[in-house]
Amino acid sequence: MAEAVDLKAIGTRPVRPDGVEKVTGRANFGADLSLPGMLHAKILRSPHAHARIKSVDLSGALAMDGVVAAISGKDLPGGGDLGVNILAKDKALYHGHAVAAVAARSAYIAEVALDSIKVEYEPLNPVLSIDAAIADGATLVNESMHTNGDTSQPASNIAAITKFERGDVEKGFADADVVVEGEYRVPTAHQGYIEPHACTATINEEGKATVWCCTQGQFDVRSMTAQCLEMAVSDIRVIPSEIGGGFGGKTTIYLEPVAVKLSAISGRPVKMVMSREEVFRATGPTSATLCRTKIGAKNDGTITAASAWLAYEAGAFPGAPVGPGCMSVLAPYDLENFAIEGNDVLVNKPKVAAYRAPGAPQSMHAMECTIDELARKLDMDPLELRLKNCAEEGTVAPYGPQFPAIGLKACLEAAKEHPNYTTPPAEGQGRGVAVGFWFNIGMQSSAEIRIAENGAVTIMEGSPDIGGSRASMCLMAAETLGVPYKTINAHVGDTEATGYCNTTGGSRTTFATGLAVIEACEDIITQCKQRAALTWELDVDQVDWQDGQAVPKPGVNADVKPLSLADIARSAGRTGGPLLGRASLNAQGPGASFSVNWTDVEVDRETGKVDVAAFTAVQDAGRAIHPSYVEGQMQGGAVQGLGWALNEEYIYDANGVMENAGFLDYRVPVTSDMPMIDTQIIEVPNPSHPYGVRGVGETPIVAPLAATSNAVRDALGFRINDLPLSPPRVLEAIDANG
Amino acid sequence: MAKVHVSTTVNGQPQEVLVEPNDSLLDTLRDGLGLTGTKEGCATGDCGACSVTLDGRLVCSCLVLGVEADGKEVGTIEGVADGDGLHVLQQKFLEHAALQCGVCTPGFIVAAKALLEKNPDPDETTIRYWLAGNLCRCTGYDKIVRAVQDAASELATPA
Ligand code: FES
Ligand code: FES
Repeated sequence: MAEAVDLKAIGTRPVRPDGVEKVTGRANFGADLSLPGMLHAKILRSPHAHARIKSVDLSGALAMDGVVAAISGKDLPGGGDLGVNILAKDKALYHGHAVAAVAARSAYIAEVALDSIKVEYEPLNPVLSIDAAIADGATLVNESMHTNGDTSQPASNIAAITKFERGDVEKGFADADVVVEGEYRVPTAHQGYIEPHACTATINEEGKATVWCCTQGQFDVRSMTAQCLEMAVSDIRVIPSEIGGGFGGKTTIYLEPVAVKLSAISGRPVKMVMSREEVFRATGPTSATLCRTKIGAKNDGTITAASAWLAYEAGAFPGAPVGPGCMSVLAPYDLENFAIEGNDVLVNKPKVAAYRAPGAPQSMHAMECTIDELARKLDMDPLELRLKNCAEEGTVAPYGPQFPAIGLKACLEAAKEHPNYTTPPAEGQGRGVAVGFWFNIGMQSSAEIRIAENGAVTIMEGSPDIGGSRASMCLMAAETLGVPYKTINAHVGDTEATGYCNTTGGSRTTFATGLAVIEACEDIITQCKQRAALTWELDVDQVDWQDGQAVPKPGVNADVKPLSLADIARSAGRTGGPLLGRASLNAQGPGASFSVNWTDVEVDRETGKVDVAAFTAVQDAGRAIHPSYVEGQMQGGAVQGLGWALNEEYIYDANGVMENAGFLDYRVPVTSDMPMIDTQIIEVPNPSHPYGVRGVGETPIVAPLAATSNAVRDALGFRINDLPLSPPRVLEAIDANG
Repeated sequence: MAKVHVSTTVNGQPQEVLVEPNDSLLDTLRDGLGLTGTKEGCATGDCGACSVTLDGRLVCSCLVLGVEADGKEVGTIEGVADGDGLHVLQQKFLEHAALQCGVCTPGFIVAAKALLEKNPDPDETTIRYWLAGNLCRCTGYDKIVRAVQDAASELATPA
């Protein structure tokens, strides 16, 4: 598609259409709904990290005043692993695993009633680390799990092994002048969205359910809830509230089938809201990982071979994001020889969920630290070393496809010229550089454009707005239709109000749902041209659409005044009825996204505390539709990455109980921890999108981990391989290194 | 437990509400009075999403009991905009795109307003320390700090 020129709306920074609702407290989030006669439900959770459940007796709770309904795992028949995760069946698989639920007149009564449920457990040995899980004779988290489903081999905690290989790795290492190796661990981190999971459900006598919830994907909530309850998707309507952050963590479900089931039993609406502690203990964090990396290079910096062995904790069910970890680990480099192996490892911890570029931060932390060590050995600038080996248009990605136009080289070159890079770090500070990557996804979206009688434009689409996407949709519609931004509003429809749409995730929304919005606008333009042709008694081929108006094409002899969208809308009843544009598609070619980050840090050698003095993020956005929200993604991702690098980790005791299940002890960055985050948006247009959009949401969290590690390495003069670089770990390393 | 009758003032309006003795002020506002603009992110005083003022002092409403509001003045996000339009802070949060998901925003605005009432000309460090009790997981804080700085300078400029 042609590169868009002379953009009027795109690239401006207007106020988002849902903004006033959100700064005044009017916007309704997951926990904000109340219905008449509503009950409140609470969940009983396993006190053991691994135990056989011998029996569950709900009678004590049901006998209590104010308790209306109670269920356990056997009441939730379907959903496979998802259903087992939502309510345990034969085994409790992690500390905090849901075992039973109670609905009562108040949340307090429901909470108290949980104590009266009798569960008989037979505790089992918990498997709590990758090393323990893959050791010979390890206890099995799931006795019927065989690696890659191969039942000819003994059962294993390794659910799957993924491999990507090219060329001759042995020879590549033999040809190298320099070889660098390392082993790196990254701890479990939580998405840390500020809004806990919440839903309200009701089901009527006909078996039709309505679910209100905070989610990244109302259609996935519908299908997952239907699976768990063995219902038809068409019997469930899911209405997404505003969503208070997700970062991947709200792409799955925990509560909805339980609430529907309790509503079915009680005949009343049921509301469920998780506590922060439950969010930490029982919703998807991301994988803790162990990565071994090796790179060989010539003295001039040319990489001759690279290898990566990755092991990711999946929690108690298969599905660690190790595949994306494998796809990402070497994606920035153009390599002849490599070998990548990824292991999906079961442990008795919560089932992991997507977290912003799932799997990429961990593997790329290991590789980008290794590249940094290589640069040091070769005495090369880390950006130069990357420029020498970087992937470009035409490079075949390690995971298969050939890259179309990508912005990595442009980001590296911009970084090299950036005043924050050309100025050396302040005295006593260390600087670290790293590259980030995410492949981005497309998938299915629908959009409808409705034109009111006064020409105002309503966009109805299905992507929950997690960070300003309504504004992006309105800008793309303004650009395409040629009408002012402020005449457009965007709505996120429920599963009955809008066409099917995949979940907000994979950085797909502005790209894929944006494409649907653009196509639906083009549909409107086609209709407007027809209406104008009818009005003017011209052939439709004789009408153009320019700056939001129908005009006769140059050379067409017609003495008519241009017809605006409002003009056409006002008389639509006489030209064929209301204007309604539609598009549905399965978007292809999302366009890979690359970034370059660097940070300057200072390490307090007395306390081990690392202070971030400066952070700069350069990223290719393809085309920034609303630059403020692109910068916002870059800044927010940077700070999440810094938090993971410096402080965030799940700390478990010997029994698999998380010891820091609250924001006081699981410490995410606060305002006073952070400097301003400098951003530079690079625009190498994505050839698969009319305005050049690439997803921008996930890449930002990837590079900060290694950039921080490399900066601390620079400041200290020695490397600490494992994250987080929290004061105790840094202090211990300082003491050990004299 | 018998409910307790509480007479309080919320955003300048007298209110009567029945609360459980163990309800937090946050529960009372949200469930008792239907003022759901104040959010719960943790219920343990660690996130600031529930920030309100109690007799003018900034507090985490999850750490105050509903019964403690008796006879006191409570200020919530719903009272920040006056009848004529948005408060400068609200306007600046919008202009600077200082919210992504927006769930932390009511708490930040209530907290920032309390700061500017106390200190109309805070420097960046003062803003960052004052707002250190409010977690935002989306923005990385950059645009929030800038919005507060901009609001402070606009409030300082005589109209
Ligand atoms: S809800 Fe009160 S501080 Fe988090
Ligand atoms: S905007 Fe989402 S938590 Fe602050």
